[in-house]
Amino acid sequence: MPIVRAAAAGVLATALVLTATACGGGSASGGGGDSSPGTLTYWASNQGTSLENDRQVLEPELRKFEQQTGIKVKLEVIPWSDLLNRILAAAGSGQGPDVLNIGNTWSASLQATGALRPFDAATLAKTGGKERFLPAALASAGAAGQDPAAVPLYSMAYGLYWNKKLFAEAGIDRAPATWEELVADGKKLTTGGRYGLAVEGGNISENVHHAFTLAKQHGADFFDPSGRPAFDSPGAVAAVKQYVDLLGTDRIAAAGNAEYANNQSVTDFATGKAAMLLWQAAGANLKSHGMAAEDYGVAPVPIPAGASGERATTSMVAGINLAVFRATKNTEGALKFVSFMTGTEEQTVLNKAYGTIPPVVEAQRDAAFATPELGTLAAVLGQSARPLPQVPAESQFETLVGTAVKNLLASAAAGKPVTEDGVRSELTRAQQQMPAN
Amino acid sequence: MIRGRIDRLRRRAGTTALPYLLLLPALLLELAVHLVPMVLGAVMSLKRLTQFFIRDWTAAPWAGLANFRTAVDFDAPVGRALLHSFWVTCAFTVLAVGLSWLIGTTAAVLMQDSFRGRGLLRAVFLLPYALPVYAAVITWSFMFQRDTGLINHVLHDQLHLVDDKPFWLLGDNSFVALVTVSVWRSWPFAFLTLTAGLQNIPRDLYEAAALDGAGVWQQIRRITLPSLRPVNQVLVLVLFLWTFNDFNTPYLLFGRSAPAAADLISVHIYQSSFVTWNFGAGSAMSVLLLLFLLVVTAGYLLLTSRRKDATA
Repeated sequence: MPIVRAAAAGVLATALVLTATACGGGSASGGGGDSSPGTLTYWASNQGTSLENDRQVLEPELRKFEQQTGIKVKLEVIPWSDLLNRILAAAGSGQGPDVLNIGNTWSASLQATGALRPFDAATLAKTGGKERFLPAALASAGAAGQDPAAVPLYSMAYGLYWNKKLFAEAGIDRAPATWEELVADGKKLTTGGRYGLAVEGGNISENVHHAFTLAKQHGADFFDPSGRPAFDSPGAVAAVKQYVDLLGTDRIAAAGNAEYANNQSVTDFATGKAAMLLWQAAGANLKSHGMAAEDYGVAPVPIPAGASGERATTSMVAGINLAVFRATKNTEGALKFVSFMTGTEEQTVLNKAYGTIPPVVEAQRDAAFATPELGTLAAVLGQSARPLPQVPAESQFETLVGTAVKNLLASAAAGKPVTEDGVRSELTRAQQQMPAN
Repeated sequence: MIRGRIDRLRRRAGTTALPYLLLLPALLLELAVHLVPMVLGAVMSLKRLTQFFIRDWTAAPWAGLANFRTAVDFDAPVGRALLHSFWVTCAFTVLAVGLSWLIGTTAAVLMQDSFRGRGLLRAVFLLPYALPVYAAVITWSFMFQRDTGLINHVLHDQLHLVDDKPFWLLGDNSFVALVTVSVWRSWPFAFLTLTAGLQNIPRDLYEAAALDGAGVWQQIRRITLPSLRPVNQVLVLVLFLWTFNDFNTPYLLFGRSAPAAADLISVHIYQSSFVTWNFGAGSAMSVLLLLFLLVVTAGYLLLTSRRKDATA
């Protein structure tokens, strides 16, 4: 009898601990670093309208790769909300994919972790050499003076999307070229529950991208040349204030925009609730909301009147890079896959499917990229786009400054006046959260 | 003769060792699952573990107590932010636990006597507890949207209680939203526990009290609440620990950048480690949180059990 009872207790205790494990521990699934040479694990970012859409786009191409090389690719599409944390966890454990997509602005931060295999000259030569890529896109693949941590896969730039019908109704015949014009047009367009501009105020990445472009226009950088943060310089303060004022003082964006974080601003633009939108490659998204390409125009983001050079920056270099995980056991296969994905043929197919611009110059010749939208954005990318700071602390900067702008927009939306001092103290607070090295 | 005794001893040793032997796998797993990560976290808190070392954290330089000093230096920005987050969490916990307990107790007492539809009501009351956290909190976040949410629709469009639609997920109101969702999620647990506790109170106590002329209120004060003491002792402690450590509710409502008014400590620590990629500092804050919760729990247990001895 005691034996039975003891055995029962033992079983019970084991079961309890096992359930506790199931509750408490994160599973370590998705590890593919040590997979057999015949397979690769690929983490793709969410580029399409849904994760399922991404699978539909990528899987036929992966089968093509398998036919060419005999290497089977295991695909996992990871939502943006998880991607960076998953990469960090993979870097910490050494258990991760062989090849992965990264947001190009993370390149220098991830480069500093050493988790990505550098593309030295010899490696780049295997993919056809660095001359194949758009210089701005390749400059967004790691810190200056170091071998790139990744290669560009999809490129994008910001443009000003404007609703042709609403502009015509307001008696405006072209897109604003300067911020003064944008505010003046925006005020004319803000009538009867409709607004001049839609902003994605709750999305910290959007916020930080606009803050960066505007800071460039004010002659400011968020990092000094030695890589130290300079979030609260006069130019940066003026830039952030100008952006927040679009919703606060100028009131050409709806107060409710301050909590938009799920692309509601794109929906508002597509449904005519707002007449302008500052966005990167919005075409596919607008189409899915039923807005036809001929109903909107795309122009470069406005600049200050008479600006030139760096001060005429109209966009950050947006895009996705493809990286090889350093802990991969199949470097050769991984590099073959990188060559395949950055080959002219795949570049054309994939960028066409996602409505993005191929960072491989040769692929841009395809007629699919000659639409008015992509033509404008490609010109921006080639001429007036600048990479976000390529420093190890870039990822922290995005979160902290993006959150500061979000807080300021929230204050403005609640009707509180946003002063220059208020902006400065919010940015100073953000800078103080940066880890001291 | 002697051999017989040895055999008996050996047999007895066998039966006493067996339970421990059977518990051994569980004990080892417990060590692996709970204790080892805790110890590793404590070790990390002594290191300068930034993005440059996450690939091999053992190579990170030792920082001594520097991470702890930064965390408790309340004159510097990082410490001040942590202290602010701590006070917000304290206020949130007191309110959320207090309200959950109050609503749970009220509902349990009201459901004590049987009536038609009691089973159905009990089932309805338990629904929030049965729903998956993610689905429930996401639904709340939709309801709290300023322009399209149900809350503002009712308050502004239907009842005309407010002139201008307020934000619930931004600014100071976010604290109200957070407490609301937390209470909604945890009061059914209080209700369930107290309902079970009420079953143990003999009915004749109430009958005797009624004969002595005690009203409903007096019955609750003199019989129900004292009888529920041991249940409440555990219930309040468990609710406190869950609420203080709650990560899901604030993270699902506000994402990775919570408004200052709703900056709960668990999300704050997550921010401090994952967003700024400073895992040493995050570990140090976690260790401090662990110590605080240990002290509170020990103090609470000491206090409540001593008072029980005094009243007994």
